[in-house]
Amino acid sequence: MAGCFTWIKADPMGIRIVPADAWIDPSRPVERALITHGHADHARGGHGTPLATAQTLAIMAVRYGVARGTQVAEYHDPIAIGGGVTATFLPAGHVLGSAQILLEHAGERVIITGDYKRSPDPTCAPFAVTPCDLFITEATFGLPVFRHPPIRDEITKLLAARAANQDRCVLVGAYALGKAQRLIAELRAAGWNEPIYLHGAMETMCRLYETLGIDLGDLRPVAGVPKAALAGAIVICPPSALNDRWSRRLPDPLTAMASGWMRVRQRVRQRGVELPLVISDHADWEELTSTICEVNPAEIWVTHGREEALLRWCELNQRKARALALTGYEDEDE
Amino acid sequence: MERFAGLLDSLLLTPSRNGKLELIASYLRETPDPDRGWALAALTGAIDFPVIKASTVRGLMADRVDPVLWSLSRDFVGDTAETASLLWPEPQAARNEPPPTLGEVVTILSRATRASAPIVLSSLLDQFDTAGRYALIKFATGALRIGISARLAKVAFAQAFGVPVDDVEEYWHGQQPPYSDLFAWAIGTAPAPRTDQLPLFRPFMLAHPLEDLTIDLTDYVAEWKWDGIRVQIVNVGGDTRVYSRGGDEISISFPEIAGALNIPAVLDGELLVRGTVQGGEAGGAASFNALQQRLGRKAVSKAMLNEAPAFVRLYDLLILDGEDLRELPWSERRRRLEGLMPQLDPERFDLSQIIAVKDMDALGEIRAVARDSAIEGVMLKHRQSPYVAGRRAGLWYKWKREPLLIDCVLMYAQRGSGKRSSFYSDFTFGCWNGDPDAGAELLPVGKAYFGFTDEELRFLDRHVRQHTVAKYGPVRETDRSLVFEVAFDSVHISKRHKSGVAMRFPRIHRIRQDKPAHEAERLETLRALIT
Ligand SMILES: [Zn+2]
Ligand SMILES: [Zn+2]
Repeated sequence: MAGCFTWIKADPMGIRIVPADAWIDPSRPVERALITHGHADHARGGHGTPLATAQTLAIMAVRYGVARGTQVAEYHDPIAIGGGVTATFLPAGHVLGSAQILLEHAGERVIITGDYKRSPDPTCAPFAVTPCDLFITEATFGLPVFRHPPIRDEITKLLAARAANQDRCVLVGAYALGKAQRLIAELRAAGWNEPIYLHGAMETMCRLYETLGIDLGDLRPVAGVPKAALAGAIVICPPSALNDRWSRRLPDPLTAMASGWMRVRQRVRQRGVELPLVISDHADWEELTSTICEVNPAEIWVTHGREEALLRWCELNQRKARALALTGYEDEDE
Repeated sequence: MERFAGLLDSLLLTPSRNGKLELIASYLRETPDPDRGWALAALTGAIDFPVIKASTVRGLMADRVDPVLWSLSRDFVGDTAETASLLWPEPQAARNEPPPTLGEVVTILSRATRASAPIVLSSLLDQFDTAGRYALIKFATGALRIGISARLAKVAFAQAFGVPVDDVEEYWHGQQPPYSDLFAWAIGTAPAPRTDQLPLFRPFMLAHPLEDLTIDLTDYVAEWKWDGIRVQIVNVGGDTRVYSRGGDEISISFPEIAGALNIPAVLDGELLVRGTVQGGEAGGAASFNALQQRLGRKAVSKAMLNEAPAFVRLYDLLILDGEDLRELPWSERRRRLEGLMPQLDPERFDLSQIIAVKDMDALGEIRAVARDSAIEGVMLKHRQSPYVAGRRAGLWYKWKREPLLIDCVLMYAQRGSGKRSSFYSDFTFGCWNGDPDAGAELLPVGKAYFGFTDEELRFLDRHVRQHTVAKYGPVRETDRSLVFEVAFDSVHISKRHKSGVAMRFPRIHRIRQDKPAHEAERLETLRALIT
């Protein structure tokens, strides 16, 4: 049972598995890296032999080129990584290929969640609740004000705004990996079968998702489409393109942003969008806290995000917890 | 209430002035009475339920949310009403009745007593969704703070119904929420409300900044811009009132002024406190600091009346003996004002003198010297100008003094409120109390939260996070490595600061990444600027 977890070290550049001389999501290139998922702040280029799910490795190959050697992890399939440590990748429900990593050593079970969410997502496998002794969790939306509404409600808002503005186009800012594809898949599920137009920066990931078996329907590059033909259309772009020169090619775009931060008005104002859509790939407060209850670990470490509030919740609920204050994780656009 | 909540949210997300005007105007056109009147009252800050305060909301939340989680949430969100609206527990049972309208909310809230306020507010909160709760709290506590000025709301009102905004301003002050007569007049179902027999505030005439314009002093007259507060004194039917810039009545804080005018007239001037700093020869005034002691007081002691007696330096005459002079040229109003002076109590009223100069160069020289006497600058008024509400091009200009500049070192930062709640945007900076190479210390001399661009704000926020040496609640102490050029209007003696000085209107003028901290200014430089 629970001991002291001395074989796991939190270093500013990532989580180190001491006996295996390996790292999880390190922020600098290392020889042996276990990668939870493909977001750039977790999966960096230049590692010797990254160990990750096939989808994550495919995403990394698109971004950084093929690594010298790679090792594929199947979900739920334990892998000996040396030094008497076993690693098992478990679905995290965050983006395609995302995983929690269960480490077992000396009779102790440690889970590193990476980024995760609990709400359903047609583009990735759902989070697998797994008991452990030490639960190393993210806390991106670790404040009780964060309550992500059902995504169907937000999709309904988006379609209603489109219908009410037929002479404009709706331009949705969404992170290129995960958020965009989930948004598209949910639009399809809600019956939107028209072509969805993409900013150039979204195309590669969408095509990759399709290659990996996620059907996204009729997607078209926005480049070259005459302005008039985009009236009444839905266009998806990276958040950074929402207010830049690029968007001038669109017919009076109604700007929307899909992000968990859109729950807070001042964040909406900073983004300068007309239509905030509260859609997140991360667990909200309810999910973060109820997951801890379900997993019921002896100890909790918090990697990044609003850790102070989650630590306070742990204190109020008599759970042993500490913050790791890992740097290098960006959460602005998630 | 749903429409009002929608209006608030749209206003928050619409940065352009025209966009805001259109939103308010269409709301006013399309919403029935009395809801639109109550909304207008909220937008113009004219509504207040004294038993419902921000502390009522905080009290309700304290019963429902852990105090640490509350303060972390509040700190992140940056707004009490919004934080409460997000954290309010969703009622278990589905709402089956439609939530109350704004008018119904007013009825319910105005019946609340101090004792019943928490229960009244909480049962209302249970009836709304997140957006409705936010709007309700903003409305009930009377603190909208959504960047809408009362003026903008009045312009929107004028735009909604196609009536002149000057008329709206004029009639406004005689009306009470929900402004049924005003709406009836605007939509043409009732005559204009009468104002001439009421001691009403008349909108001030304001000046444009002069900037690079050169003007001919044969057409314009130059006058000092005194560093007090602009007031209007209205006497109608034996009733005298003193109004400040926004039309707020301040008679109660300045009874000696309200008691001194017994001629039916409307006067425009600068409220000052007797002293030797401003315009010494002409029977002087004290610095702005002295006046500040008198502002916002509900009761004024005898001692205070003796120590800091107020008087008004008159600029203009709007109405005399029931005759509206506002259409007359400035020179004619001035002639009548001068003629009126002998009838006014000289202890309470004097005349703002005209500066006799022949051209702008000569005026520039006089103005440059004026810094020492704590005069805000110079006014230039067209001799033919009528007295019109607001700023009108070509009539009045203000020529402010150049700001003073000084290099200071960033010492502490605190998260801002509102739009900047997730950024460190309130900066405390200091100067050296001697030679930094000989062991001098930095002492805080001021605090600034504006003057920078959004990009500079992001830079500053990052700098603070990367250079934090200690945290005290929401405040971070930095490693004192960053130099700002701070612009300010003047320096005063301050007992609250360890440095003994305080700046007036400090703002960040430039970030001086090129400058090492030890080259920042010393306190002695600031002390030499004390006025
Ligand atoms: Zn991620
Ligand atoms: Zn992340």
